[in-house]
Amino acid sequence: MHEATIAHLAQSLKDRKVSSKELTKYFLERISRLDTSLNSFITVCEEEALAQADSADELLATGDATPLTGIPIAHKDIFCTEGVKTSCGSRILDNFISPYDATVVSKLKAAGAVMLGKTNMDEFAMGSSNETSFYGVVHNPWDTTRVPGGSSGGSAAAVAAQLVSGATGTDTGGSIRQPAALTGITGLKPTYGRVSRYGMVAFASSLDQAGTLTKTAEDSALMLQAMAGADERDSTSLSAIVPDFSKAQKSAWENITIGVPDNFFDDSLDTKNAQLVKEALSVFEKLGARIKDIHLKHIHLSVPVYYVVAPAEASSNLSRFDGVRFGHRSEHAENLTEFYMKTRGEGFGSEVKRRILTGTYVLSAGYYDAYYLQAQKVRQLISQDFAEAFKTVDVIAGPTTPTPAFRIGQKTDDPIQMYLNDMYTIGAPLAGLPALSMPCGFINNLPVGLQLTGPHLSEEKLLKAGYYYQQETDWHNFVPPGYEA
Amino acid sequence: MLLNREDVEKLCLLSRLEITPEEMEDVSAKLSDIVNMVKQLQAAETTGVLPMAHPLDQAQRMREDKATETDHHEKYQQNASLVERDLYLVPKVID
Repeated sequence: MHEATIAHLAQSLKDRKVSSKELTKYFLERISRLDTSLNSFITVCEEEALAQADSADELLATGDATPLTGIPIAHKDIFCTEGVKTSCGSRILDNFISPYDATVVSKLKAAGAVMLGKTNMDEFAMGSSNETSFYGVVHNPWDTTRVPGGSSGGSAAAVAAQLVSGATGTDTGGSIRQPAALTGITGLKPTYGRVSRYGMVAFASSLDQAGTLTKTAEDSALMLQAMAGADERDSTSLSAIVPDFSKAQKSAWENITIGVPDNFFDDSLDTKNAQLVKEALSVFEKLGARIKDIHLKHIHLSVPVYYVVAPAEASSNLSRFDGVRFGHRSEHAENLTEFYMKTRGEGFGSEVKRRILTGTYVLSAGYYDAYYLQAQKVRQLISQDFAEAFKTVDVIAGPTTPTPAFRIGQKTDDPIQMYLNDMYTIGAPLAGLPALSMPCGFINNLPVGLQLTGPHLSEEKLLKAGYYYQQETDWHNFVPPGYEA
Repeated sequence: MLLNREDVEKLCLLSRLEITPEEMEDVSAKLSDIVNMVKQLQAAETTGVLPMAHPLDQAQRMREDKATETDHHEKYQQNASLVERDLYLVPKVID
């Protein structure tokens, strides 16, 4: 059962070959047996899940089910879940029980999905390796001495090890696509605003976007369908019509033009990784796609732009964690300033502190124009380069990461090396574009990803390219050794 | 180093974030590395470029100025460490 996709499980549930309760118990058993080696969950919600499964079975009996009714999923611990701890991977929220559901959570609940628990993540989604979590490192199921990527590392590891059929994630600079690539699964970051951010703990509000981590692009369409749409509680959510993603991705193939930026194939890219991406492109060529070389003039500046804009927004967003209304509160303060400083000093980990301080620095008097304003101008140029490219190509393809998963501890002492991991994924969120990563091969038994980026609101195109690619290849069917049974 | 101890202490106060004396050297060194890395932006030619305000160039949506939220203070205050007579308590601010 665990090897089945959401699409297959939905059919089995519909045909009453299995009940949601059976599925839920089955996956809960896998989590308790296998997650000790991965640490992909922060909270497992056995009682709530079984109750949701009962309701799902009732819906399935009356024929009022959606394709997600009764499907076991997990939420990244950044999404507020009513009555369930929402830690964001941080000590400062270790005691926080959310009083309400995020829109993503309530929408998936309404579609009948069963939440098995909350997945581990880099603290406040700040990280590319899932090593900054207060709850410990998540291990990559392909090699447990290696990182699963981050920040949605718990969701990625859980889906790759088949502890859950699909999971939510969030992506600010690559936090869905990079872990999806490093664990051999499919990750979709939708267009900025396609999915509501209400109840999703804010990191960098102009970049944050919720998305999906699943085995296939077909499953990604099913989850996105339930998650997408305008939300009056998030004024940045888009009012654009939500198309039928599953129908669109399975429609007849039309020959597309795929742009391949030369900048993505520089010295930073592992040569075997480059070769696997080129092989993936030849699959599209066989389908009839045209490959066109392009150049994104300013993309090499996306990492420095990101490390100004994201910390600036984070330093402002994270000021809400003051120990007064919720979260950790220091017991060692004499006055109010000391109270804030100690509460936050004790509650935040070192990477979060570094980003808050960086953000405060680039926004402070005398530096604002030189750093923040200049970064927002270069961001505009990066965005214009994409817009220009999309005049002649339908999607842009390249690697998701420069290398396969690295070893735990390998980059923790060098933030710059860690940040450079996201060099291929940061461009899309800076420009608000949707992007998909899917497995395209292995290097020494470690998976790597192919990334497709499209114009605003082109999720159908990306999901269709993904679906057709996965009809021609079987990289998405490989399972990490030790997690087959 | 680009940022010395004094700079970091000032940033810590502005950010209301305590750094222990043991952390100080490492924080200064790594912050300096980050600032050094983002400095390369200054070489980019941006004359006449408008800073990006929103990835999709959207305007803020307006709604009727009407209260829509209901009172949830009891539920919300369950997450607070110290509450008395529906008020959040903080250390003494005024003597």
